[in-house]
Amino acid sequence: MTFLEQFQLWLAGIWPEWAAYITAAVVGIVAVIAFAMTMVIVFIYVERRLLGRFQIRTGPNRLGPEGIFQPFATAAKLLLKEDIVPDKADKLLHWLAPIIVFAPVLMLFAVVPIFGGAIFTDLNIGIVYIVAISSVSVVGIYMAGWASNNKYALIGALRTVAQMVSYELPVVLSIIGVILMVGSLSMNQIVESQNIPFILLQPLGFVIFFIGSLAEMNRSPFDLLEADSEIVAGYHIEYSGMKFALFYMGEYGHSVAYSAIIATLFLGGWQGPLLPPIIWFLIKMMAVFFVIVWIRATLPRLRVDQLMAFAWKCLLPMAVINLFVIAAEVLWLPEAFPWIMVLVNFAFAGVLILLWSRLFTLGGGRVEV
Amino acid sequence: MTIKTEPFVLNMGPQHPSTHGVFRMKVTLDGEVIVDVEPVIGYLHRGIEKLAEGRTYTQIIPFTDRLDYLASMTNNFAYVLAVEKLAGIKIPERAEYLRIIMAETMRIASHLMAVGFFLNDLGALMTPVLYMWREREKILDLYDMVCGQRLTYNYMRIGGVSHDIPAEFLPALKRFVSEMPGFIDEYDQLLAGNEILLARTKGVGILPRDMAINIAASGPILRASGVDWDLRRDDPYSIYDHFEFDVPVGSVGDCYDRYWVRIQEMRQSVRILEQAISQLPEGEVCADVPQLLRPPVGEVYGHIDAPKGELGFYLVSDNSIAPYRFHVRPPTLINLTALRDMTIGWKVADLVITFGSMDVCLGEIDR
Repeated sequence: MTFLEQFQLWLAGIWPEWAAYITAAVVGIVAVIAFAMTMVIVFIYVERRLLGRFQIRTGPNRLGPEGIFQPFATAAKLLLKEDIVPDKADKLLHWLAPIIVFAPVLMLFAVVPIFGGAIFTDLNIGIVYIVAISSVSVVGIYMAGWASNNKYALIGALRTVAQMVSYELPVVLSIIGVILMVGSLSMNQIVESQNIPFILLQPLGFVIFFIGSLAEMNRSPFDLLEADSEIVAGYHIEYSGMKFALFYMGEYGHSVAYSAIIATLFLGGWQGPLLPPIIWFLIKMMAVFFVIVWIRATLPRLRVDQLMAFAWKCLLPMAVINLFVIAAEVLWLPEAFPWIMVLVNFAFAGVLILLWSRLFTLGGGRVEV
Repeated sequence: MTIKTEPFVLNMGPQHPSTHGVFRMKVTLDGEVIVDVEPVIGYLHRGIEKLAEGRTYTQIIPFTDRLDYLASMTNNFAYVLAVEKLAGIKIPERAEYLRIIMAETMRIASHLMAVGFFLNDLGALMTPVLYMWREREKILDLYDMVCGQRLTYNYMRIGGVSHDIPAEFLPALKRFVSEMPGFIDEYDQLLAGNEILLARTKGVGILPRDMAINIAASGPILRASGVDWDLRRDDPYSIYDHFEFDVPVGSVGDCYDRYWVRIQEMRQSVRILEQAISQLPEGEVCADVPQLLRPPVGEVYGHIDAPKGELGFYLVSDNSIAPYRFHVRPPTLINLTALRDMTIGWKVADLVITFGSMDVCLGEIDR
């Protein structure tokens, strides 16, 4: 039973049932949004400082101690900026797009188990809900690209649709591997069943999920949709002020959500010795995010056809093979010796990655015109 | 049912993050595939060639700083060499060595920027640029010591250089020269071992050998296409025949080769610098040249191998204090003429990196 349900039960003892239901829902929503927004602010700050360190500069360090108020200053600046809508833009879609991008990101946090009972609702289809909701943003991004009446925005939007649709498949297939082992779709049960974190039990699944979610949250090296050296800013090129801020927060919200989901699915969530669960959860989230920033600071970007090739020729077959192997292991390997599975899966992941890196080239190239 | 598609025109630039200045490309795209590229230049035109005809020979030197502003020293160098050739001036040996030191450090600085921004165009989010800048900064500090400027140096004079180097210059240069090979190795290891970089650059934007010769390409771009041609070796100017160095030559002429040639040239520049430091003689740094130089009637074409290619100055003298005609052969403008043939059929992203790998400088193209 989650904290929120307990709170609702307690309220129902003193208030009418409907009032208790509404109050509990409002409190829960506020708490989840507060958590999500705080983490977004923290992540923006952490990313800027980390990028600074990676790039032998300091990063923002003026406003407040070590520059911790810089994200607030950025937010205030964006709030005060003029909201410019291009003349020939589709006004309604242009206005609607940032909301459609941002709202699903907040909705993702509804099933993120921060620790034990600290979850908005422990849906029995939690992970399916995440997969479904996170692909709604694509619609918003495509709307933004279409409504802006800008060619860069349109190219960015078309790239996004192709990218998101392609990378969803390997991501979902690697999630199924986890679900097979847990036997439940509930996020809390996924955490609780990880006596050994799934990163050890399913290393290949983790790698595929991590790469796929990098593409899902449009982070480097898959940031083609806003590739600033090619199509300037992609879908949000015509956005300014608070609308742009919504896209920005949506993007970081995605990063936060996916860091949390990776921590939940593969790193054992809030479980851990000594420290309280919430600290463990935050540490794992931060560790995932650190790797994401590290990748962003290091790798160049893929080209659009290579991106597609990578998803369809590399990640998808590997995810399918991974799923079959996990299924076979769940069926036939004795549950009493999980470490056998760890060894087998690591060896198997190594062989498969080696094989693909030998056989597979990112190539592609010139088209006759 | 078939969906009807048609190509559309995308205006890249003049305000675009990766046009390296104010270059504009009218790109006709079929989806993401490039059907046609039409470069539009002239947004940075300042009329330097005409302005120079109204200045004395010495007053033109600051103008040359503003051609390729990422390699001002070599612009100075090419111009003063042309004037000296026209007027028949002998310059002191120490000045020759100082010029070589400046030209080769400038080559390193320019190539650092070229490689850094090329990687930025590849999408490596500023990190390589900032690392390259760290090294370029040391070179700029060296220039700051000798002439007090960090971008437009105006250091060379007709007959030599404007100042002798200060006492702290040589130790700083020696430290730089000893550190630089390590840094180049580090960059090369980090970058050339990167699978994404290789996938993005190998075989992309190929400039075939024949075409490179036909368009009169020069510099790293020509050498990357497999043509063994370096003015420093094949038409030695100044005192380049005193030094030992290799000319790195690519094989395919793709973006990776252009990147590789630049990395190798930096190593060779370090080699030349080492030799120049050890041979540096004492003595005067500037010959006795009249302030108002009146070269004899005639014309001259002086060229050097600048970081970006063959930089030439064509001067016509009518025995007055200003040149009758002043013309620049900008290497990047001539290299850029191949852009359309190199990019047709590739994607937008390839256009950006091919353009980036050509290392253009709009100050020089538009003049």
